[in-house]
Amino acid sequence: MARMKFLCDSERCIECNGCVTACKNEHEVEWGINRRRVVTINDGEPNEVSLSVACMHCTDAPCMAVCPVDCLYQTDQGIVLHDKDACIGCGYCLFACPFGAPQFPQEGAFGDRGKMDKCTFCAGGPEEDHSDAERAKYGRNRIAEGKLPMCAEMCSTKALLAGDASEVSDIYRERVIARGSNAGAWGQNLAYNAAGNKP
Amino acid sequence: MNQRLQLKGSIAERCSPGGLLALLLLGWLLLAWNGIAEAATVAEASTKGSQGADYWRQVTQGSSGYSTNRSDEAGVLINRSGQEWRQLRNDKVQPYGKWALLGTVVVLLATYLLLGSNKLDQPRSGRTIERWRKFDRYLHWLVAGLFIILALTGLSLLYGRYFLPELLGKAGFISYLQLAKSAHNYLGILFAFALTLMLLKWFLSNIPSVTDILWFVQGGGMIKGKHPHAGYMNGGEKLWFWLLLVGGVALVLSGLVLDFPAVIGLRDTLQDANIIHAVSALVLVCGALAHAYIGTLGTEGALEGMLSGRVDEVWAQQHHDLWYDEVKDKK
Repeated sequence: MARMKFLCDSERCIECNGCVTACKNEHEVEWGINRRRVVTINDGEPNEVSLSVACMHCTDAPCMAVCPVDCLYQTDQGIVLHDKDACIGCGYCLFACPFGAPQFPQEGAFGDRGKMDKCTFCAGGPEEDHSDAERAKYGRNRIAEGKLPMCAEMCSTKALLAGDASEVSDIYRERVIARGSNAGAWGQNLAYNAAGNKP
Repeated sequence: MNQRLQLKGSIAERCSPGGLLALLLLGWLLLAWNGIAEAATVAEASTKGSQGADYWRQVTQGSSGYSTNRSDEAGVLINRSGQEWRQLRNDKVQPYGKWALLGTVVVLLATYLLLGSNKLDQPRSGRTIERWRKFDRYLHWLVAGLFIILALTGLSLLYGRYFLPELLGKAGFISYLQLAKSAHNYLGILFAFALTLMLLKWFLSNIPSVTDILWFVQGGGMIKGKHPHAGYMNGGEKLWFWLLLVGGVALVLSGLVLDFPAVIGLRDTLQDANIIHAVSALVLVCGALAHAYIGTLGTEGALEGMLSGRVDEVWAQQHHDLWYDEVKDKK
């Protein structure tokens, strides 16, 4: 069974924000919400590095463990999805997430959190595949179409890899051998190695 | 490598005899050494430089970078405290809170079964005196009513997912928690006002004195037939007041932080507020259970004071003798 993963190669990311734009356009994500963001460390200085971050679809996902309504679930491909109808906007998933993935629109009298929104690995939500309800709440379901996430597909330098873990690691391993170092991968242990989650 | 070396050697041998072989060997070795050194430099640059172990360690410790995304903490790659909060909430607060609640219920049940209700020693006189004014009673029941709603909804947020879906069905559970969260957030603000007013109103009656210490030393009326001296408020009531003051302030302040995520949106603050809120709430729920038991089943005639405002003179003499003497003199 395939295990879907993201891998951002910091040796290649050029902070073009193409992934952010591709995601926002593909899913028509609402105003004020970005499911993906690019972070640059040492910006404008020597040793500048950029990385694209979104939900990493963790193995032992902290968001799933703390949700009071138990609205997050993991598909058999390892993709962490959620049910927006059940979400109560408490923000606990955001408190727990290592990657700052959950996003909340502001709603209500006190600027309350609305329904949580996050990267779906382009796999929609609990609704029927390709239904209008799924499209409206979670965006396009590319996985059901047999396609990979838009952010990685659009990445100009192929820094962002998305797909089956074994293929992603094959591609990355080739790069490591060519470069002679494996300094580029990021967040892998934290997201996918259960031991990496325990401090 | 050895094969290549032999091959080179054999070509050299064919072309020219003697020392040429040695020269070629030396040249090849030099080239190889240069290549190794070069590769080592490249590897060193990419592992020891910007993206070396130290660098990644810094990033995983939650250091912040630049992002065109302007939302709070967008520049933070790794939220270190998230996992700590998760473990604190799920592995500490949840189990210990559960045992504290169950423990309180068991202790109260045991107290009732072993000691029974604290009955009046003498038959009622039929003459009553005013103990709680209308304003005090309304305030008490407002705070109590809100507390019960907030406790039930709050406990549902903490423990609901483990058993409520089975009781209410998945759809029922979701609808209930939607309502519970909204009710908790909005009524919490009303509770903050009501509690503050109540604490201010009753503050002067609850200043501790030596009588209260003696009240506790003498068993606080738990021992049959023995009634330690007490004024308008006895030691136990004052203890509950101060628990409510300290716990209530922590509860209300942390609750207000959680209520306005648009104002204080930083995760560390919200995580801390959440833990403080949960712990103080669990302590107060345990306290409230004890308070409710003592005020109803535990003590004969106590509840009528808070319902009608008046208590029997016999009750007043038995439980609050010093206050009774004061009031009696004034009459």
